[in-house]
Amino acid sequence: MKFGVVVFPGSNCDYDTFHALQNVMGQETVFLWHKDHDLRGVDCVVLPGGFSYGDYLRSGAIARFSPIMREVKKFADSGGLVLGICNGFQILLEAGLLPGAMLRNKNLKFLCQHVHIRIENNRTAFSSAGHRGQVLRIPIAHFDGNYYAPPDLLSELEKNKQVVFRYCDEKGKLSEEANVNGSAHSIAGLINRQGNVLGMMPHPERASEKILGSEDGKIIFSSMIDYLEKKRGTGKKKATRAARPAVTPLPPLIGTF
Amino acid sequence: MIDAKTLADHNLTREEYELIVKLIGREPNLTELGIFSVMWSEHCGYKSSRVHLKKFPTRGKYLIQGPGENAGVMDIGDGLAVVFKIESHNHPSYIEPYQGAATGVGGILRDIFTMGARPVAVLDSLRFGPLDQPENRSIMDGVVSGISGYGNSFGVPTVGGEVYFNECYAQNPLVNVCCVGLARKDKLFLARARGVGNAVIYVGARTGRDGIHGATMASAEFGEETEHKRPNVQVGDPFKEKLLLEACLEAMARDLIVGIQDMGAAGLTCSTTEMAAKAGTGMEINLDLVPQREAGMNPYEIMLSESQERMLIVAEPDKVEELKKIFTKWDLEAVVIGKVTDDERLKAYFHGQLVIDIPVKAVVDLCPAYRRPARTPAFLRKVTRFRLPEMPSDLNQVFLQLLASPNISDKEWVFRQYDHMVQVNTMVLPGADAAVLRLKGLKKGLAMTLDGNSLYTYLNPRRGGQIAVAEACRNLACAGATPIGVTNCLNFGNPEKPEIMWQFKQAVEGIAEACRRFEIPVTGGNVSFYNETEGKAIYPTPVLGIIGLVEDTSLVPSAGFRGAGDVIILLGENKEELGGSEYLRLVFSEEKGQPPALNIEKEKRVQACCRQAIRSGLVRTAHDLSEGGLAVALAECSFKGPRPIGFQVKLDDRLRTDALLFGESQSRIILAARKEKARKILALAKKMKVKARIIGRTGGRKMVIWHRKKKVVDQPLELGYRAWKNSIPDYFKVKKT
Repeated sequence: MKFGVVVFPGSNCDYDTFHALQNVMGQETVFLWHKDHDLRGVDCVVLPGGFSYGDYLRSGAIARFSPIMREVKKFADSGGLVLGICNGFQILLEAGLLPGAMLRNKNLKFLCQHVHIRIENNRTAFSSAGHRGQVLRIPIAHFDGNYYAPPDLLSELEKNKQVVFRYCDEKGKLSEEANVNGSAHSIAGLINRQGNVLGMMPHPERASEKILGSEDGKIIFSSMIDYLEKKRGTGKKKATRAARPAVTPLPPLIGTF
Repeated sequence: MIDAKTLADHNLTREEYELIVKLIGREPNLTELGIFSVMWSEHCGYKSSRVHLKKFPTRGKYLIQGPGENAGVMDIGDGLAVVFKIESHNHPSYIEPYQGAATGVGGILRDIFTMGARPVAVLDSLRFGPLDQPENRSIMDGVVSGISGYGNSFGVPTVGGEVYFNECYAQNPLVNVCCVGLARKDKLFLARARGVGNAVIYVGARTGRDGIHGATMASAEFGEETEHKRPNVQVGDPFKEKLLLEACLEAMARDLIVGIQDMGAAGLTCSTTEMAAKAGTGMEINLDLVPQREAGMNPYEIMLSESQERMLIVAEPDKVEELKKIFTKWDLEAVVIGKVTDDERLKAYFHGQLVIDIPVKAVVDLCPAYRRPARTPAFLRKVTRFRLPEMPSDLNQVFLQLLASPNISDKEWVFRQYDHMVQVNTMVLPGADAAVLRLKGLKKGLAMTLDGNSLYTYLNPRRGGQIAVAEACRNLACAGATPIGVTNCLNFGNPEKPEIMWQFKQAVEGIAEACRRFEIPVTGGNVSFYNETEGKAIYPTPVLGIIGLVEDTSLVPSAGFRGAGDVIILLGENKEELGGSEYLRLVFSEEKGQPPALNIEKEKRVQACCRQAIRSGLVRTAHDLSEGGLAVALAECSFKGPRPIGFQVKLDDRLRTDALLFGESQSRIILAARKEKARKILALAKKMKVKARIIGRTGGRKMVIWHRKKKVVDQPLELGYRAWKNSIPDYFKVKKT
């Protein structure tokens, strides 16, 4: 499958996401430049984490006006798979591809730490490789991850099973303490009604190799690869789910390590 | 005419002024005087420190680039080089904590990527006044937010460092930032204006009136009028810096750059004169072409502004168009402002007039060096002659008290505000002895640490300097790493006072000796003098940043206990040493005595043994002993594993119990291992002539220490953990009224 990672000015998890997809998951991956109008024929678009345009206004508020976002919207509207991680999630909210908004974390501090999230709905293109109730250990790193939506929207999201991940403790229990950033309904990941656009605050690319302390993030990438392969009709069943071992060559990018 | 007041405003002496006149053959105009004033400031010119800094060893087998460039460079094999340096931003961080700390990060990042390296890690050493005073909390909050705000946005992980509290930093906090970068060995760039006729190109942010004379400010004490100096602090824009990084690395990869230097302290002045002086060339620039943020700036302001996120590039004329294209792609300005000449002079024009015409060598290389008088401080006799107080009856309670001391307690409140995982290389997270980065696709990794104990240096600067080196190396040994190179940040008071100069000289000699014995070169660093407010100096505070090489990242142990039933081994010897300890400071309010003794040969053997045990795959946990001694180190092992776990330890040393538990004797490491491997560790230690013994086991929900059949520590794990974990956050809790 071919993945495209969008590079906005200020994206800083673009290389990490590229590394996870190409070197760890063994998928063809390309960068998509924010000023371009071309998605280069990718099967899936990933909006990576970072501080697009410095995030001096609201997080993601400027990135949504990028030329590439017009294409991403068209792609999403036609059923293309779009994953937004952290700042990518914030951009999806600003772009109206997902409902709701982000507030500052409840302790008003940037938070970088491992958290636990529970898979609430595994019947999605982003979570099918896991099971419902499964607890994943994945890091977060954000200032504005406190998800907000008005009560009627929240009940609609719940009714439609659009909440894919929720912050929980290591045993899978929800609590105020485990909900580190204060998100409404402990929401950590949210999917659109059509099921092809997911935003999540935790960083699966930071939890895709044993040496980094967790491989749980691979469940999200594997699910997406499965979905795309089935969609293309080349589904080799679960053979591809076992990703290639964490690998060797340095990514072919300028001065990255 | 230059009058006495103007000279005083520029921190220049009459003798220095006369030297300037002699060097340029006439009276300087105000702009030229400003240029000399910043370049000859203590911050840029190292005039009080240079004669002593020469004592550092600067050669080593991994060395590529020693002192004199923007950063040091070491060869780590596989075609890779590690580029690293530490800088202080103490003065600005006191005046405006957020921006002061943020631009400290920004400045050191540019020092690294100007050499062609991508910054891969930041560590910082922070020192504040006690947290029970609200102004210290406010400074700490601002500094941590500033580091977080800049580093997180830029996308460099802040992976470690240290935070200490002492009354001496109440009006003079220390913010030392160390950055580590990686480059291809054959793609390193130097700050040289080579090639007469080459273009001089200004890239990055526009020049504004901020930070004028920042370097001069950092070269004087603070008085009551500090508030007025706020305009001397720059304002950072991490977003622009990130763009600048990507654009510079792209231009470097395409071989479009001859030489490059960041505009940090002393801005355009420093970059033009230094690049020309190092290449033996000159430079001619037109100040009207310098991109400016505001109208009406004069030559003085343009040359001395310390606006952030700017670089000066020298390139061949036919590469300029391609270079400009790259910067435009990243939405940055790149403007040709002049050319390289052969007359070894800096000439600058403004509105058609020649406003600067000075020899670059005079500015850069002929700054006077002072061998300032040094005298042993009188207070030393009083503080080092000292009788130990009676031992408190309840050491079990003292143990809890120490765990809750902010100097010892958990620093998660700080480091979770830093993105420490971006770039997906951080395999040992903050809180361990050393941070460890894997190198993608390679078996080996990089370990790094910052260390310094200013209480030791206050009581005995020479030994304190040695211990700082030894302990930083010990931190690395606990990750299985071999130290390969050093950078240091030397924070001291006013060098014009002989007592301060004595502290400096002693500390430098101590560091130099230890580095020589550990066979690690000093590749550069930074000296920060004048850390005094209203005549009161900080404790002498050298901070050592040491980089180590890990052969096999899969064998790196944890700093915490990994499970129950592991055997706990102590490498090294317990001695009756309590001088300069956190225990004396906290329990008796005594900052007295002699710091612990250091035998460098013994220390090296202990470290070698620890490394060898790790490399042989025998070790599950390794943690060095430092502030708080053995009892605190054991507790830290308990708390820092995947989940807290207790221990049972039995000791029979013939020592005072408080010295045994909380003394800070050097050259000691705790290891934990599976039973069958513990025996092998003991055998290895015997072979390597290192004292080692089994002192207990991990497990249970309690922390228990026996001394000669008497239970001296017995605390529920949960209680100790809470004391350690909540201490700093509790100071920052919003009190509900």
